[in-house]
Amino acid sequence: MTEIAIDAVGITKSFGENKVVDDFTIRVPKGAIYGFLGPNGSGKTTTIRIICGLLTADAGGGSCLGFDIRTEAAKIKERVGYMTQKFSLYQDLTIRENLDFVARMYRLGNRKARVQEALDDLGLADRSHQLAGNLSGGWKQRLALAACLIHNPQLLLLDEPTAGVDPKARRDFWDEIRRLSDKGVTVLVSTHYMDEAVQCDSLAYIAYGKKLIDGATADIPAQIGLTTYRVEGAGLARLEAAFKQAPGVVQVARFGTALHVSGTDPDRLETTVRTLCEASGARMEKLAAGLEEAFIYLMSGAQDNFVRPSK
Amino acid sequence: MSWFFSIGRFLAVLLKEFIQMRRDRLTLGMMIGLPIMQLLLFGFAINSDPRQLPTLIEAADNGPMVRTILARMENSDYFKMEGYIDGQHAAEEALRTGRANFVVMFPPNFERDVLRGRSPAMLIAADASDPSAVNGAVSALQGIMDGALSEQMKNAMATRAPGPPPFTVTVHRQYNPEGKTATNIVPGLLAIILSMTMVMITAVAIVKETERGTMEMLIATPVRPLEVMLGKILPYVIVGYVQTIVFILAASAIFSVPFEGSRIAFFFGFNLYILVNLALGFLISTAARNQMQAMQLSFFTILPSILLSGFMFPFAGMPAWAQFLGTGVPATHFLRLVRKVMLKGAQVSDVLPEYAAMSIILVVITVLAGMRYRQTLD
Repeated sequence: MTEIAIDAVGITKSFGENKVVDDFTIRVPKGAIYGFLGPNGSGKTTTIRIICGLLTADAGGGSCLGFDIRTEAAKIKERVGYMTQKFSLYQDLTIRENLDFVARMYRLGNRKARVQEALDDLGLADRSHQLAGNLSGGWKQRLALAACLIHNPQLLLLDEPTAGVDPKARRDFWDEIRRLSDKGVTVLVSTHYMDEAVQCDSLAYIAYGKKLIDGATADIPAQIGLTTYRVEGAGLARLEAAFKQAPGVVQVARFGTALHVSGTDPDRLETTVRTLCEASGARMEKLAAGLEEAFIYLMSGAQDNFVRPSK
Repeated sequence: MSWFFSIGRFLAVLLKEFIQMRRDRLTLGMMIGLPIMQLLLFGFAINSDPRQLPTLIEAADNGPMVRTILARMENSDYFKMEGYIDGQHAAEEALRTGRANFVVMFPPNFERDVLRGRSPAMLIAADASDPSAVNGAVSALQGIMDGALSEQMKNAMATRAPGPPPFTVTVHRQYNPEGKTATNIVPGLLAIILSMTMVMITAVAIVKETERGTMEMLIATPVRPLEVMLGKILPYVIVGYVQTIVFILAASAIFSVPFEGSRIAFFFGFNLYILVNLALGFLISTAARNQMQAMQLSFFTILPSILLSGFMFPFAGMPAWAQFLGTGVPATHFLRLVRKVMLKGAQVSDVLPEYAAMSIILVVITVLAGMRYRQTLD
């Protein structure tokens, strides 16, 4: 049996009338990269905060790295690196001062060497005297990562870590996450980006505080059970409108010069697509089930949990 | 066309501003609350010609003449006779501890000496550490005495030949014989300055951490709340120490304000006062959502410190309800303590009531702040 890093059952949390996390269950094996997907306001940040002891759950409980998330928050905090969504280091301290401060928070021995090591590892050494507030988005993100890695955590909680970071920096970031995962660090990451979702070993999709789907990344399209056709041709806008009303079609998404038409009933979908394509002279091609369509499908069914039904 | 003024755009900005104003309840409350508070304080509480000043009597003679003089004094409404004491020492202590603003002293055989034309001296010792508190009463004295004379001695004196007055009144302005305002204001100012900086800086420093999101990072580390609080507050305590040292040196060098009393009595009181203000700043930080609100709330607490503490206007001159409110203001007690120690030469035993009052306020504020502070983010 593989070791379990996070094992929580029935987590529930409300702020006032809003049930932000509703009966959430999660199980993450050690060393895995586990992704949280879901629309804004779906409860991803709250769930992460509960797991690392920043918030207390109203109901439910479990363990994180073998410690009770309700009663042993202090022990969990020592072993967890939490990277917040918003840059949360001191803007008016330099890079080195920030890292040194965080190192002291964890009471690290041999502090100077650890800080220098962190600076070197993330290529921050020659910038160490810059104020954190003057850094660009990518460098801030590197600094934040360095800060939450300085105490060699066993679990990394990353809350939308790459928001506002350029693609090159994002790729570097993910290489680093992969490397950590190979060393046995468990990573829990929330994201909006599909290219990041595919990097995860497992994914959970959360909407209005509920977990809608959870599984190995490769299995998710099959779990949702969508069949997708790629349609290319002239007059895409008209075709798109036609497909949206056609029987058997549950979703039409535009990808550049093509449409991805998906449905849950393969036979009906095929008939519809074939009929419409022949009528308009468009080309059709059956696609392997993809994550992207699966999540667009999930998203379209989800609603923000801060929207209350109108009377 | 830059001259074109769009009413629509202007109204949009105007409307947006009102919406934002309404959302910021605290600021809105302050905008309405502050003027009302000021109006009430300035209108009702402040009285620069205070009456009913606590007065003690030391009389070796208790004849009808003495009683008449005392009754006259009390009827003038300036003096409130609170009882008798014995001896010079008790009189000094009453003034030093602030139990009384005045002590009226009659020498033995006062009445007999008056009748024999020996012109005895009655002595009124006044606590002039706050000149504005006692000036009105002192200037009313002459009239009171003339009245007392004409009533009591109409017959006995009628036949008396012109000569020395039947008795003399000596007013002894203690602690500030020249009646200098600076001597009174400068020590009091220390209470205000410390309160202003300590409360505001603490509140802002703590709120800043939440506002910038760094509190989230801090809470995610194993750091304990007490470590954060002490670490954040101690630098400002040192600032308070520096302020006080500079202040006392400047007060003595520029305004020749004396420092008569016990340095130890001052030191304890000063530390207690700093603690109270830090706790108050901490309490404010639990209510304010951003640095702006923290500043506003700090100002809100400074106003009573200036108006109700006896700093600008004599405490004794305020109506009972205002005195009651003023008793809850930490600056009131520190101000008394500073004046007692610096001007009246008070020792530790003289300022125990101030220590007690500040300690009670400290406990109340700390409990309130502790109830509001949460370790987690929820």
